[in-house]
Amino acid sequence: MAIVQEPTHDPTAQPTERSSDVGEVSQWRLMWRRFKQSKLAVAGGLILLVMYVIALFAPFLAPNDPNQVDSDNKNTAPSRLTWDGGLAICGQRQELNEENFEFVYVVDCNTTHKIQWFGKGWEYKFLGLFTTDRHLMTVEEPAKLYLWGADLDGRDVFARTLIGSRVSLTIGLFGVAIGTILAAIIGTISGYFGGMVDNIIQRLIEIILSVPTLPLWATMAAVLPRDMSVTKRYFLITLILSLVAWAGLARQVRGKVMSYASADYVAAARAAGSGHTRIILTHMVPNSVSHLVVVTMLAIPGTIIAETSLSFLGIGMLPPAVSWGVLLQDAQKVQVVTQYPWMLIPALAVIIAVTCYQLLGDGVRDAVDPYG
Amino acid sequence: MTEATVSTTTDVEMPSDTVVSVRDLHVEFPTQVGLVRALNGVSFDVPRGKVLGIVGESGCGKSVTARAILRIIERPGRIVSGNIYFRPQRHLRDEPGGTRRSEKGQRKGGQEHSLDGGIVDLTAMDPNSPEIRAIRGQEISMIFQEPMTSLNPVYTVGNQIEEAILLHQTSDRDEAHRRAVEILRRVGMPNPERIARSYPHQLSGGMRQRAMIAMALSCTPTLLIADEPTTALDVTTEAQILELMRELQADFGMSIMFITHSMGVVAQLCDEVVVMYLGRVVERANVEDLFYNPKHPYTVSLLRSIPRLGVNRGQKLEVIKGSVPDPYSRVPGCPFHPRCPSAMPGLCDKVLPLETPVPGDTAHTVRCHLYPGSTPADAASSTAPNAQPSTAAPSGTDSPAGN
Amino acid sequence: MVAFIVRRCLYMVVTLFVISIVSFILIEAPPGDALTAEIQRLRSIGNNVSEDQIKALEERYGMNDPVLVKYGKWASGFIVGDFGQSFTHRTEVSELIWGRMGYTVLLAGTSLILAWLIAIPIGVYSATHRYSPLDYVITLFQFIGVAIPEFLLALIVLVFAARFLGMDVGGLFSVDFEEKPWSFAKFVDLLKHLWIPLVVISASSTAWLTRVMRANLLDVLNQQYIQTARAKGVLERRVIWKHAVRNAVHPLIMAAGTTLPVIISGEAIVGIVLNLPTIGPLFLDALINQDMYLAVSVLMLLSILLVIGNLLADIALAWVDPRARSAE
Repeated sequence: MAIVQEPTHDPTAQPTERSSDVGEVSQWRLMWRRFKQSKLAVAGGLILLVMYVIALFAPFLAPNDPNQVDSDNKNTAPSRLTWDGGLAICGQRQELNEENFEFVYVVDCNTTHKIQWFGKGWEYKFLGLFTTDRHLMTVEEPAKLYLWGADLDGRDVFARTLIGSRVSLTIGLFGVAIGTILAAIIGTISGYFGGMVDNIIQRLIEIILSVPTLPLWATMAAVLPRDMSVTKRYFLITLILSLVAWAGLARQVRGKVMSYASADYVAAARAAGSGHTRIILTHMVPNSVSHLVVVTMLAIPGTIIAETSLSFLGIGMLPPAVSWGVLLQDAQKVQVVTQYPWMLIPALAVIIAVTCYQLLGDGVRDAVDPYG
Repeated sequence: MTEATVSTTTDVEMPSDTVVSVRDLHVEFPTQVGLVRALNGVSFDVPRGKVLGIVGESGCGKSVTARAILRIIERPGRIVSGNIYFRPQRHLRDEPGGTRRSEKGQRKGGQEHSLDGGIVDLTAMDPNSPEIRAIRGQEISMIFQEPMTSLNPVYTVGNQIEEAILLHQTSDRDEAHRRAVEILRRVGMPNPERIARSYPHQLSGGMRQRAMIAMALSCTPTLLIADEPTTALDVTTEAQILELMRELQADFGMSIMFITHSMGVVAQLCDEVVVMYLGRVVERANVEDLFYNPKHPYTVSLLRSIPRLGVNRGQKLEVIKGSVPDPYSRVPGCPFHPRCPSAMPGLCDKVLPLETPVPGDTAHTVRCHLYPGSTPADAASSTAPNAQPSTAAPSGTDSPAGN
Repeated sequence: MVAFIVRRCLYMVVTLFVISIVSFILIEAPPGDALTAEIQRLRSIGNNVSEDQIKALEERYGMNDPVLVKYGKWASGFIVGDFGQSFTHRTEVSELIWGRMGYTVLLAGTSLILAWLIAIPIGVYSATHRYSPLDYVITLFQFIGVAIPEFLLALIVLVFAARFLGMDVGGLFSVDFEEKPWSFAKFVDLLKHLWIPLVVISASSTAWLTRVMRANLLDVLNQQYIQTARAKGVLERRVIWKHAVRNAVHPLIMAAGTTLPVIISGEAIVGIVLNLPTIGPLFLDALINQDMYLAVSVLMLLSILLVIGNLLADIALAWVDPRARSAE
């Protein structure tokens, strides 16, 4: 074959580009890449991370003992921040209102109390390891740093919210975790084996789901005796949450497992002689894991709200335990909320946590289908 | 009923025996993961009254071409450049002086739209405009690959056919129903009345495809685009459908653009063939020339890879080495060169060949460096009056597809 | 179709039967039974309860019967509408429940319908105008709607209404109308108060349904038959409403089954916060006071409500989707 001409520069020829690697990268890296693309999801995840870190270091961050009652400072408004060579708060004192003979708080910005960083405050155990009395921010006695005001008994709302996050952020997590394990096992068995087993399990799930969830949780929680230790109650509430949560999750798992079980690669595996266990562990589980993670993450907001609601109603976590729901109990009355609106701040914490989980769950769900 | 208002272009040359002319069409899909160049300068003509086959592997852009003609490319795809010209038939109206409604319930005041046989630029129309909608279903119809998912599962087959008729032909429901049953009978459905009342999931695959064909033909279109209509069917049903299409094509005298990846179907049904690879046309010819005298190495390999009866057993099956590159990457030079047994390093991997007619047969074109005129300089020199026969006659590397 | 309904009804009965057993176990669960509570109560108001009286009370409340007999008595009573005694209110449970149940059903039903009526058009708009500014606003509202617990929303709306609208909040009627018999004016008053609970209860369901509708519609719009419809020349708006939405609504009807328990739970808790004459406050009282007959009866009734709702949703689905009819 004779080539007549030297290859001339052809304007339509392109320089070699780095070819895309879509088909070569591992599944997890693809998922991570797609996840990163959703800025909202990443933001949600980061905020949650921060919240959990705060929960971990809560006593360090709290300037006051969350359980300390202070009758001199009932219903104090949040301390007003000011600048006096450094961050400081205005002083306040009680005055008697001559007209209705009520005590009111008067803020006096002439007297300021500087905020001390890493100052000394109340004693606590740092991460359960050693006792210390250092906190991030404190003020000199007898002034009190009420960042978010005080409740009806003079307790610091800020401190209580921080400590409360330990319960509120974890109880939902554990409840769903247990529920997921249950759901994964039961759902897989139900979906994979089908037949009678599937039928019975499905009826069971239907029955559980036939009772409205909150009343069901409420009934189970109300059955618990009221004089239980906080830890015991915590575990039992977690258990109650998981006993209902697993049903919906199991249904999802079953659906997915059923669709995988009828896939050709399972038939191929069976034809090659694999036993049930092997098929479940090597084929079903890896495929379902990503979906399971998504479904779990989207179920957590439900349990967080559930615990908050139950505690709010007085049948979940009980004082002296502190959770956001317990904090909101005091905010039930309209007069309280209109007069002391800072009592609703724990509600904001709930909303933020739940929204972040939603965003995260959405992002993970979108990322999990990288070939879609 | 919609009738088109068409801005006919008179400054475009299109022979009268061509119904659709695709010229240098470029289509892109900007996706999150990268840019997919689906069509990179596709040009071909659809002959009037004949069957044109479009052949190629998955991903070469055949379906995109079809959808581009009807302007129903899915988002985010879009036509970047190029034109598609269409010459509709003079459309006979069915209800002279009857009430006309342009869409159900909407009365378009006054304006009379009409098709007058001029040339229409489909690429200039807005995909949502009444003009293109008048063409869809009425002048150009399309049938798709998967009959189950191509029919709406919640409406009866009859309802869906009537929808097309009511849109384009008549506004009388009874009349539309009568015609729907009639066209169902025409495509060979037993008991068409009952079929019209059935839902898609109650029919078999072959019957569904017939129903789709009925729907597409209900308004006697000028051009029928068939996007792999028999790929999802078993061989027997496929044979029946192909037979049906041949009959209908003879009866209606319409043009068919038949997309497929099976050379066997092409041999059975098509009059002319276009071979596509990676968004470009690599060879065009009428069907006999293509089978007996294929020029492009890709076509040659395709034909060779069909297993044949009677060939010596124990011989390895012919395959095309390598696989289609992923759609996000760009191949420099000739798109086929990484897999081509006749690739010439230094030329095929740098310079995109031009499409040139095969010496001695202007109806047969090929895009390959093995043939004269494939580079711009070559093309220029070959038009010079004393052009030397610049290459040796194509020999050695290509052989006629053996029988 | 009929066979389908009959089959579902049978399932329903079995389900309720099992729920009743579980509920009964819950009744018996709290340590210290109702009788002890009753005796304590009598003692606390100064009555000295004698042995004979205790025995008589035991007889009356059937305390010493074997478990199965107890269950039998309770279940057979339940079926005919005798729900037992409420110890805290000292009346028949049924008297307490029926009026409130009526309002509960009213609120739950209206919230469901409202949620649907709003969610479908907004979901369709959101799906067809992806990435438009209004879509972002809608998405924002969706998130907030799903994230805020109902009781919180109730509180916020309450405060808002009290502070800025000066409304007489709480309860379903203004004080003057509460005791009066029904009249048109009372009805109007009811409507004026109804919107707050309605908004709160339907908020999260609306938000969730909108998301589901949007996701479904996006799925359906990718289906081949939508292209077929376009290829026929159908107007885009009709493609969306006649072809796409009709198909996208099916999973939504199934989803209705999921929103129902949420709405019922929400109705309960909102009733508590806003102090409505519905089942919620009664239920909570009963739980706290361990008035188990009352509590469990309410639970059963709520479950019945849910199961019936699901049945209606299934029937609606079968009616709307020709495939479901032949499949089941």
